[in-house]
Amino acid sequence: MKFKSQAATILALLLLCATGSALAQLAGEPYIHDPSTVTFSDGKYYTFGTGGGGLISDDGYTWHTGAVRTGGGVAPDVIKLGDRYYVSYAVGGGGMSGGHASNVKIMWTKTLDPKSPDFGYHDVGIVASSDGVEDCDAIDPAFLYAKGHLWLSYGTYFGNIRIVELDPKTGNRMPGNKAVDVAIDMEATDMMYRDGWYYLLGTHGTCCDGPNSSYNFRVGRSRSVLGPYIDNVGIPLLKGGGKLVAAGHGRVFGIGHFGLLDLGDGVQKFSMHYEADMDRSARSVLDIRPLLWKDGWPVGGDNFQAGTYEIESERSGFALELAVDFVRINTPRRGFGPPPGGPPPAQPQAGNPSQPAATRPAPPPAGGGFWGPPTGPVTPIPDQTLEQDSAVWPAGNIGVDLLDYMIRPHQKWTITPVPDAGGYPGSPYFKIQIAGTERTLAATADGEVIAQAAFTGAPEQLWRIDQLTDGTYRIMPKTVPGSTESVALTAVGASTPTLAKFDPKSDKARWNFRKP
Amino acid sequence: MKKLRMILMLGTGVLALSAVSAVSVAQSAAPAAQAPAAAVAPSPGPGDAWPPAGGPNFAAPKKDGPRTIAPYFTPATAAPKAPDADGFLQRWLLLEPIVKPNRSNTVFTGTYVRSTFNTEYFPNQFTVLPHNGDKVTVAGKELAWHALDTANFDVKLYRFAYGLNKPTYGVIFWAVTVIDSPREMKNVRLAAGSNSASMWWLNGKEAAGLFDDRRMKMDDVVSPRLTLNKGKNILRGAVINGPGLSDFCVRLIDENGDPVKGITTSLE
Repeated sequence: MKFKSQAATILALLLLCATGSALAQLAGEPYIHDPSTVTFSDGKYYTFGTGGGGLISDDGYTWHTGAVRTGGGVAPDVIKLGDRYYVSYAVGGGGMSGGHASNVKIMWTKTLDPKSPDFGYHDVGIVASSDGVEDCDAIDPAFLYAKGHLWLSYGTYFGNIRIVELDPKTGNRMPGNKAVDVAIDMEATDMMYRDGWYYLLGTHGTCCDGPNSSYNFRVGRSRSVLGPYIDNVGIPLLKGGGKLVAAGHGRVFGIGHFGLLDLGDGVQKFSMHYEADMDRSARSVLDIRPLLWKDGWPVGGDNFQAGTYEIESERSGFALELAVDFVRINTPRRGFGPPPGGPPPAQPQAGNPSQPAATRPAPPPAGGGFWGPPTGPVTPIPDQTLEQDSAVWPAGNIGVDLLDYMIRPHQKWTITPVPDAGGYPGSPYFKIQIAGTERTLAATADGEVIAQAAFTGAPEQLWRIDQLTDGTYRIMPKTVPGSTESVALTAVGASTPTLAKFDPKSDKARWNFRKP
Repeated sequence: MKKLRMILMLGTGVLALSAVSAVSVAQSAAPAAQAPAAAVAPSPGPGDAWPPAGGPNFAAPKKDGPRTIAPYFTPATAAPKAPDADGFLQRWLLLEPIVKPNRSNTVFTGTYVRSTFNTEYFPNQFTVLPHNGDKVTVAGKELAWHALDTANFDVKLYRFAYGLNKPTYGVIFWAVTVIDSPREMKNVRLAAGSNSASMWWLNGKEAAGLFDDRRMKMDDVVSPRLTLNKGKNILRGAVINGPGLSDFCVRLIDENGDPVKGITTSLE
């Protein structure tokens, strides 16, 4: 039994190693360069890239070609205002044939769904340009709508990044508006507004050279949309400053073209491309990752990684566990020992006689307290095994609760992506199981959460794990049987988990994943 | 995107950009880097209201007219020049660019840059204190030194070369300035940024090296603690770039990272 369990664990780890990296990235054919901000339209997600066309996804995890963008050119961006999706893109410039003359154009459509009768682009016109000589190359436009104003940043390494204001009712340039220089040595910029700060993000490093690309996001912030934008150590972006937001890691190189994807309820993600995904022939691919905030600065998070964890409640600090009898770890009990020159104290009881003999504490050895120097050899004590812990587990479904983390097998959860089960922006659905077992966390029809005896692939056993902007996680079942309500794992009491509507202002539904 | 275009230009592009290659008159009419042509009215830039007065609401590609290094540079004067408020040195002797073709800046490893700068291009390149108008001959081409004050915190080498109708990409620039210090100053650091790689020598000793493919940012690389001599100190630099907007910025900072006060720059 023990051997089988270990063998199964090893096999699972090997399978995870073999498939983990691919599963951790977007599924389908997410091949794109310079993606526009991922945008939701009529039940699907869309992004457009350089050269025309783009990608569509039903769930934000599996992507296919099929999006339609006219106008050609490079590096588009999309924003929805009212009933219009405005699309900006640049024609010309970028150093093509040695030239930096370019025009930023705007068009709009009422839907991004090319199959909809409402689909169709309407040209607004040119809203910014560069003449090929001046210190600007008008490409890589990006929108920001904040406080009733529509802004557009653009530019590359050839000179300055500029911001202009557009009319949110038409998408055209505001009459009389003057472009303002806000940064140098950046390209593929984007902007955000949060808590009274405007953030200007842009890409530093080398583009378009596969695994030799050093593309990375940098950011500065300002109280005014027109700057000055300053980084975390006080260097103006007009002097090359910029705090790192995200860069390549693992098997992907070079991040470019940030786009904010605000999913609400405190969940923010960002879309971008990697210059090279080494698991996909070093092609340029789309990805979506969590966006975190630390001390007023955006920080690139990572999508949840499969593994075995303690699941800790942010509310109580207690660990999610099977609600089973606690099993003591069998170590020699030394009590308090005799004080120097004094009589020996009474020794503690040696445990509950009803407990299995294998787990019952050993009788105290003669002499020596637990704090004093050892009187015999010092040896490591093995962890409690799954066999020892599970000896007292009932068959069938088991309830779950929250309690002190005692490094016990019934508190260690192996979380694994489920192939071909779909996902959500950036990630696949996961199954959550007690490590080394088939005991699977599931939502119940009455809105509670239990551990079922086996994984069936049912949607109530599939879990969405989103990292929140503070670095904690929200854990949501794909569905609750018989319900369409969206709920999250929530500590309704210090020791009691349930499923409830997610409250972004509370710690009740925030969780941490810790190495066990 | 810039490098993507370069890659395409070099015929090694991987993206299906046929639409891009035929996108506009503007693009096809983009000026060749060095082609002379008649001057035209400047296109809208920062400070210009939109749309351009009396014209269409787009900036027609600017045909290449008479070039100038203004407003980026002005001729240096005989009077000493203090650094700007942030301590950036703004008076330099700049040598017209030496042609050194490189299609990518990823080749600028430390080994490559050291080897390239240690190559002798002109006599006494590590010791000469040139004067405005002095000329050297490199690979059969006569190049002149220009004594200039930069109008910005950085020295826009691209604009220096472009304004003089010299090559702008695949080039090496040499720069020299004289720092006058009222007293000996210990524990001073030289802080430099450059696009792309560069090396800097203070009083003949290597102070800083900026290698690999770099964009210019202030205080990118900071030297070990140095000593400024009382009186004259010669600071010499070399910048190499393939494709890109060459520039550099240099200042001296104290133990607190603040600009060193009391120094001036001169040509002698």
